[in-house]
Parts: sequence; structure tokens; C-alpha cells
Amino acid sequence: MPATTPSLFKRITPQLLILAVVIGLNFLVFPDFFDVSFRNGRLFGNLVDVFNRGAPVALLCIGMTLVIATKGIDLSVGAVMAIAGATAASLVTDGYGWGTALLGALATGALCGFWNGFLVAVLRIQPIVATLVLMVAGRGIAQLITEGTILTFNNEGLIRLGAGTFMGIPTPIVIWLALGTLATIGVRRTALGMLIESIGVNEASSRLAGINSRVLLICVYLASGLCAALAGVIVAADIKGADANNAGLWLELDAILAVVIGGNSLLGGRFSIVASLIGALIIQSVNSVILLSGMPPEFNLVIKALLILAILVIQSPRVAHLIYMLRASGPERLPERQRPSVQEPKEDAL
Amino acid sequence: MNIKATLLASAVALTPAFAVAQDLTIGFSQIGSESGWRAAETTVTKQEAEKRGIDLKFADAQQKQENQIKAIRSFIAQGVDAILLAPVVATGWDEVLEEAADAEIPVVLLDRTVDAPEDLYLTAVTSDLVHEGRVAGQWLVDEMAGEPCRIVELQGTTGSSPAIDRKQGFEEGIAGAEGLEIVRSQTGDFTRSQGKVVMESFLKAEGGENICALYAHNDDMAVGAIQAIKEAGLNPGEDIKIVAIDAVPDAHLAIANGEMNATIELTPNMAGPALDALEAYLADGTAPAKWIQTESKLFTAADDNAAIYEEKKNLGY
Amino acid sequence: MTTPQAPLLHASGISKFFPGAVALDEVELKLYPGEVHALLGENGAGKSTLIKCLTGAYRRDGGTITLDGEDIDAKSTAESQELGIGTVYQEVNLLPNLTVAENLFMGRQPTRLGLVNRRQMNTQAREALLGYGLDLDPGEPLNSFSVAVQQVVAIARAVALSGKVLILDEPTASLDRDEVDLLFGVIRQLKDSGLSIVFITHFLDQVFEISDRATVLRNGRVVGERLLADVTQHDVVTLMLGRQLEATVQDRKAGKPGALLLEINDLAKRGMIEPFSMNLHRGEVVGLAGLLGSGRTETANLLFGAVQADHGKMLIDGREARIANPRDAVAQGFAMCPEDRKTHGIVGDLSVRDNIILALQARQGWMRPIPRAKVHEIAEHYVKALDIRLASLDMPIRLLSGGNQQKALLARWLATEPDVLILDEPTRGIDVGAHAEIIALIERLRENGMALLVASSELEELVAYSTRVVVLRDRHQVRELTGDEITADNIVHAIAAEPEKGAA
Repeated sequence: MPATTPSLFKRITPQLLILAVVIGLNFLVFPDFFDVSFRNGRLFGNLVDVFNRGAPVALLCIGMTLVIATKGIDLSVGAVMAIAGATAASLVTDGYGWGTALLGALATGALCGFWNGFLVAVLRIQPIVATLVLMVAGRGIAQLITEGTILTFNNEGLIRLGAGTFMGIPTPIVIWLALGTLATIGVRRTALGMLIESIGVNEASSRLAGINSRVLLICVYLASGLCAALAGVIVAADIKGADANNAGLWLELDAILAVVIGGNSLLGGRFSIVASLIGALIIQSVNSVILLSGMPPEFNLVIKALLILAILVIQSPRVAHLIYMLRASGPERLPERQRPSVQEPKEDAL
Repeated sequence: MNIKATLLASAVALTPAFAVAQDLTIGFSQIGSESGWRAAETTVTKQEAEKRGIDLKFADAQQKQENQIKAIRSFIAQGVDAILLAPVVATGWDEVLEEAADAEIPVVLLDRTVDAPEDLYLTAVTSDLVHEGRVAGQWLVDEMAGEPCRIVELQGTTGSSPAIDRKQGFEEGIAGAEGLEIVRSQTGDFTRSQGKVVMESFLKAEGGENICALYAHNDDMAVGAIQAIKEAGLNPGEDIKIVAIDAVPDAHLAIANGEMNATIELTPNMAGPALDALEAYLADGTAPAKWIQTESKLFTAADDNAAIYEEKKNLGY
Repeated sequence: MTTPQAPLLHASGISKFFPGAVALDEVELKLYPGEVHALLGENGAGKSTLIKCLTGAYRRDGGTITLDGEDIDAKSTAESQELGIGTVYQEVNLLPNLTVAENLFMGRQPTRLGLVNRRQMNTQAREALLGYGLDLDPGEPLNSFSVAVQQVVAIARAVALSGKVLILDEPTASLDRDEVDLLFGVIRQLKDSGLSIVFITHFLDQVFEISDRATVLRNGRVVGERLLADVTQHDVVTLMLGRQLEATVQDRKAGKPGALLLEINDLAKRGMIEPFSMNLHRGEVVGLAGLLGSGRTETANLLFGAVQADHGKMLIDGREARIANPRDAVAQGFAMCPEDRKTHGIVGDLSVRDNIILALQARQGWMRPIPRAKVHEIAEHYVKALDIRLASLDMPIRLLSGGNQQKALLARWLATEPDVLILDEPTRGIDVGAHAEIIALIERLRENGMALLVASSELEELVAYSTRVVVLRDRHQVRELTGDEITADNIVHAIAAEPEKGAA
């Protein structure tokens, strides 16, 4: 354990720096960005919004990180959100309690995840194709559940999950922080993390080493489905209604982006959930810059694309190498000459 | 006994058709059911047909033009008396419309128009998006009665024609009034959740007390925004006046609860005027105008919104 | 064959290094005009690397290549093609859904007014293929013809483009006998027209049928060049498997094998290995010998559950054991270091530490993580015991040299304290030092009572550590050698001799 803390910090340093820069950008366009007040029984402020609005993507990227670590991808999470939200909404409108609704939604999410996992692990369908099935069909399923309308509900318990507070903190923030912590501990305090990484790097070797890759693969897709279901419930609760057409629309792409900004390779292997979560916060901070800047909406996507591009360019191995070289050739150039040339080939040996 | 009962029953069933309409059969090619409004339009069209004793043949195209063209050809082959068409796109209709014209079957366009020679269809029944915006603007001007007002605007999906037209109409509506200005305008993608998210940022960026009114391009975004306003500790409808467009059931409910002030109806009843025009035309050849504009009706707290809500909620919105 | 004058293609001193391995070590290849020259060697001997250096697919790290006396240095396969060296690979590298004619003339179609003149192209294609004894409609898509015909089309294209040297990389691997005859007819015809052909195959009979001369590679070096008229199959096998390597066999302590551990009864898998029976005792090393494709690796995989047997059974300590996958095998005390270390052994991006602990952790299940301190202790222990050279236990294992990777894999399995250790080519592609250490380790493990099954193409090695040797040929178990019978000569005899009796 003592070895992990500094190395974790080192791992997420780039993400933290980028987050700081984007938050700084928020401060530039809107000087009151850091104002946090206590209003109407809840924390109120732009910074709170970033954490609160980042919740769906943060939840999605927990599961997505695990899936991507196994060299997979889960395109269905947005649709699963819609299905889970619709399930929860239809259960409470049918008179069930919020607990039943939540469990029902989670069970639906788990089922969706299991389906994906089955296609990938047992039928050996490529993850991008396997999960595309549900991505396309999922919204239709959700619409069948809501019968094509926005299914509005008034169940206080369910609404509290999305729009309520827990000790003054908006519930979604509490939920994603808790789940993120739980997941991190879950994979790092057990051997799960290493086994997942092993499958992602080399499944054939892992299988020959006695790892039950089939079950593990199903499990990560299941986890992704559960995370998506929770996100779906939160989004539905937030607007007191299940919007099958729009809930979670394109969020799978944001979740993948969060994982990538978190420095996780789409080719699988080493992963960090914490870094992905910071990635999700970075994306939400970028959204916040756009909203607070007051620019005409025609510029939204262009600004977002430019900021994301800048983030990814800064993170690219080439640029990282360049920065490293620039730093290494700083004041004491000559004597330090050797170090970079010894270390670099290692990184390039991919 | 049995035979007698059956005969009697069928006679009863057939009677209204003989009595009211001259045994009209009309084909309706609907785009699909991509939104609640579209579903309501389908429901209302069926209701209108039933009311007039018209035999309505319904075809759902699932957002595909080729399905619509197929449906129209099949209507022509069945020899229907008229065709209602809600076109999914504006172009590519000339050929199939000519086939209908050759078969002397009048076609009425619902809800959207097409790029085809005017003589290929009888008339088009549509709403006027710019006009809707104008009504909303005018309502706010009347409501403020000369007081200044800082307005925030929730736009529809960037670049979509409802977003462009409703923005333009609203700006025209408030153009003459002193002190009314749009201070923030951002897209909420026509969705509830984005409406809420963007409203939250408006509230923080401007300060809730500095916002006097919200104009949303549709009711869904307004409903989302209402929640954001409540969570910010303000009273929607009082602290911030809210006007939106569409008049979906949830908007009527919000007005009934005093959380929203006005909504302008985009009526799902395109079929009513269309069938009126058709019946007149088929009866004695009266040619209707080429464009029938539906009414953009304004609903405020003055109406019985609770009753309207009950009436509308089963239309499939 | 006339006595050769100057070689048409002369590659000398060709070297190629990969990270942590020498793929080619000063290799020489002399290709004379109008000859068919077989390039022989086991997998990993360097045949394909050499071909890639000749065709410019790889840049060589040393050496010279002359063609017609001129130095050449092709930077791409396209460039070597222009110089006159054409290549046809096992998997036909043409476009199967285009027509025969299009494939033949791709990139140089006859044109008229800037457009492809399809009729002229088809006529020319038909004429060209008639020259190879093929009368077919060149307007048909390529994939409507058999693989052999596709091969001939590929050859026709390569000859038309290049015309001096033709390299055939395992062209007969997926052909039946008639198709091979068709192909050989074409090869003979090309040879008579003065073309020089390099022919790579694993089928020795075919080598002797069609080739004039052979160069044998082993471990990246040329171990001999022979005129095939002067030698026998036996000589060639000896060269390939390296009997004359003078590595001395240390005297084995003739420890008696212990208790019976494993009984294999008629274990088989259709299409992979014919029924196979064997007993394995504690404290013995059974060697599996045979040429490539004889069923060595297949046997190892079958025992470890990497592929599932469809016939026969296995008894462990007298009880029948069902092994459906590697996990079952590990649970039963099996361990295996596979033949292809990179794709089936190491988990490249994970640390050496994780790689060492992987099998033990997998067996314990994810719920019971091995404590960090314990992991460290185990890893440190094996790094020391096996002398694994590394900068840090945290470095990704892919950065280690081949020998150290192999030792780390051995550590992974030794950590599980297995009863049966299966090693498939444990010394392939590793340096001499590590080689000797691994052999010594096998000896030590045997003395400690472990049962080992080692598949290897290195005969001296097998002779050095095996207490018994099972010889495989064409997926059949053909002989078992024990005690003093275990000599490289006997193994070679069992592999190469009496083809009509031993093989099916």
C-alpha cells in the first residue's frame, strides 16, 4: 500500500493539471466561478454544478474504464441509461416504491450488461459491434416502456436521487464519488484490477495462465451496465421524467472521451478509474466554460472540439516527449544529457 | 337467432358511415412517432376521421421517404378518395404526386410543405413557426406593460428550422418594446434535461434575481428550467416569468400549478382543417387556399389548464 | 544442373537484430541462375526474416546483396519487384473479389484513351495463363478458382513484374497432391526458362522432389548449404535439428523415477493429434521430439487444456481428471510455458512482478489478493533463484530480453508449485547463457521430484535432460526411447526414416 499513493498521484498529475487549466478558463470567462453558497438547503454554485452535471458521465466512465481495460468498448451505455430511466419511471408510476424502482432499473442495467458480455465473451463478437446492437435497439426498448411519451413522475424518493441533496450536497455528487471510491477499492484491494489488465493486454496469455477470462469479461460489461443504469436513474430523477428519446443521448461518446482524457489506452491494459473520473470532470468543466461564456450556441461544438483537441494534443506521447526533452535540456544541459536518452527507448519500445 | 343478431349488428355498424360521410376512404401517410407531438397528431387525426365517419387507412413510414412513397402508391392502387401526407423531407415527391394526380386523388400535406409544383397537391395545412414566436413575444410585451425585462432564451437544437424561426418570431414580437432585451441565449436541444442544465448556468451567470423572464423554444425545456429555478430557491412563474411553445400537457399542468405563465399551441390537429377542406372539395369541387395556417393559440393562467391537461394527456404526447 | 557459374543473387553477411534477439547472424545465400533453391529450417530459424530482408520488407542491419553482380538495396517490396525479385506468399496476397485478369494486370492495365481496355486485358491474361498450362476465363473473379490456381496467378503476376528471382513462401501448405503437381509443373517450366526460384516449405519430400540445392538455417545462422543430389533426407533433418552441435551432454544423475503421476490414454483431438498414450512419473523428464507440425505443441496444448480433447482420458494419481481449460489444468497442478512466448506467454504491458504472480493469483481467485509483501517476496525469490536480470520488478516485462522473459514465465509457474510442468520450446530464441541455465533448471526440478514434459526441436537439448523421449511424426506417436536409446541419432532415425512404415 505505501507504494501506491505517490504512484497514483504521479499517474493522475497530467489530468489534474489539465483540470486546473480548464477550471482556470472558467474563472477567466466568469470571475464568480468559485462562489459557493448555501441556498435553499443545498450547496449552490458553478463549481457544484460541474460536479453535479458531471455525474452521469462520471458514473458511465467507471464502467467504461473497466471495459476499455479489457480492450473492449461499450457503445450501449447511453441507450441503457434510457432503458433504466424508463424502467424506474414506469415502476413508480405503477405505484411501486422508489426502492423497488431503483432495484428494477439496476436489474435492467445488469441484464443489458450481461447481454453485451455474453455477446463479447461467449459468442466472441467484437465489442464495438456487440454493443452497437443495444445502442441501436436500446432506445426503441426504452420507448416501448414509456410508450413514446416523457413519463413524468412525482415520487419524492426517486426524485431525491437526482435532484435531492445529502447533507446539503446534491445526491448525484455523493453517488458518483461513493461509487468511484468503491470501484477503485474494489479493483485495487482485490486482484480484480490486475486480472482485468492482464486480459486487456494479452487475453491468450491470460487464459493460459489460468485466468477465467470469460467470466471476467462478462463481469466488466455487467458493471458497465450497472453504472449506466444508475446514471439513467439519476438523469430521469433530475427532470422528474424518463425521456426515452433524449436521456443519455451521445453520452457513450463522452464517457469514452473521459476514459481517454484520463490517459487510459483504448488498446486495453493499465487503467485508472480515478484518472477517468477526473477526465469526466474535465469534460464537464469544458461544457461549463461554454455555458458561462455566453457565446452564441452555434460556437458550442467548435469550442468544445478545440478544447478537447488541445487536451488530447498535450497528452499525446510525442508532445509529452517534447516537453520532457525541453525540461531535460534546461539549465544543466550537458551533465543531464544521458538520462533522457536512456529512458526514452523504453517508452518507444511499444 | 345468431344470423339475425349478426345482421343487425353489422347494420348498426354500417349506418353512420352511410349517413354522415359519403363512404369516404382516406389514406394517411405519417412520418413515424419520433416525438410526443407526432404521436398526438396521429391520435387526433384518427379521432377526426372517426368523428366524420371516414375510413382512415394509416401507414407509419418510420422516418423513411421510400416507405411513404410505397404507402402512397398502395393508397392509389386501393383507389382511396384522398390522401393525407405528412412528408418526412421536402424533396423527391414530384413523381408520386403526379401518379396521384393522374389517378385524380387529391393530396393534402400536413404539418410540412414540399418542394413540388403547387398543382400537384390540393393544399398544405401547417403551423407558422415564426408566428408562434411572435405570439410569445407579444404576450411578454403585454405582460410587462412597459416595465423593463431581462430575458433569457432557451433555443432549440442549433440550426433546426423551429429554433431559427421561433427565435426570429420572438425577436420580432418584442422589437418595438422599450426595455425588453434578451441577455442570454443558449441551446437546450429541445430536451428537458438540457433545459434544466442550461437554465442552471443562466441563473448563476446572471443571478436569478436579475432574470425577469424565460422564453423557451419548446415546453420540454421550460419544464426542465422550472426545476432549475425551484432548486435555486426562486419561484418559477412569479420571480421569473416563463413562456414557451407547443402546449404539451405538462405545460398546461405547470400553468395550472402557477409555475409557468404561458404557452402557445402547436396544434396536433392538422387533420381537422385538412378534412374540412377535403370534404368541401369532394362535395362540390371548392378549391381551398394553397396554404391553410393552423391557429397558434395562446394559453395562459386565464384558461382552465387543469381541464385541458386531462383532455390532452391521453392523446399520446 | 550445370556447374554453377556466378550466383544470380548473392546475399552475404546479412544480419538483422530485433530488440533482445539476433534474428539473422551473418547469413549467406547464393542463388544460381535457373535453379530451385530450398530454404529450410524450423520455425524461428530466420527463414522469413531472411526473405523479408531480401525483398526489402525489412531493412537489414548488415551485409550486402548483389543481383547480377550489382549491389542492390531495396527499401520496399515494390522496389525489389522492380529490380527483379518477386514474392508469392502462402496466403495469396491478391484481391480475391477482382477478376483473374484484373489481378494479373493490377496497376499496369492496358489502356485505351485513358480507360482500361478490358477486352485486351482479358485476351492478354488468357494468353499469359495458357503459357502456364491454365486455360480459364480470366474475366471470372479470382476466388472462384482453387487455391492452386490462385497461386499460379500470383506466380504469373510476380514473374511478369519481376522476372529474375521468384520467392515462394510455403506455396504448397494448403494444397492437395494434384494441386502440388500442377504447381510443380509451373515451377519446372519457369526454372527451364532460366528463372531462379527460392522455395520455402516444411515438406521434406517436396524439397527433394523439386529443389536442386538447399540452404539450412538454424537460430538465425546458416548451418549448411547442400546440393540435394548428394545428400539424404536424414542428413537434412540432422542439419535442421542440429545434431553436430558439439554441446556436451553432462552426465545425468540417473535418479530413479518416482511414483506414477499421470496416465494418458488415447488422448486425441481430430485434426490436431492422433490418439496419444503415455505415463508420466514424478522425477522424470519426458521429451517430445519431432519436426515442426508433427504434433509436439498440439500434445502439450491438449494436456494443458488449451485445446480440448475429443477422445481419450487422463488419470492423475489414478483418478480420472477432466481438464476442459487451462484453469482446470492449473487446479490439477499443471503448468505450461507455451511455445510462442510473446503471444501466449507474457502479458507484455504488465510489470514483471504482476507477470510472475499472475498464475498463482488466478488460481487463488480475485477475491483473495496475495498481499503485497508476499508478492514482493515471491518475485524477489525467483528473480534471485533464476537469475532474472532486470532494472526493476515494476518494468513492463516486454522490455526484458527473450531469455529473461522465459525465466520470468518459469517463475510464474514455479510459484504455483506444480506437479507437472510442460515446457514447449523452452530455449527458443534465447541467448546461450540463459539457455544453459534453463537446461540446468530442468535438471534441478526433476531431481526435486517434479514431472516434466518438454517439447523441443533442439535434439542435443532433449538428449541432455530427458529420461525418456517420445518421437512424433505426422501427428502420430511413432517411438518411445528410453535409457541408452536416447541419442540424437536414434531420434533423427525415428523422425526421418521409413516414411512408408511410420506415417499414414
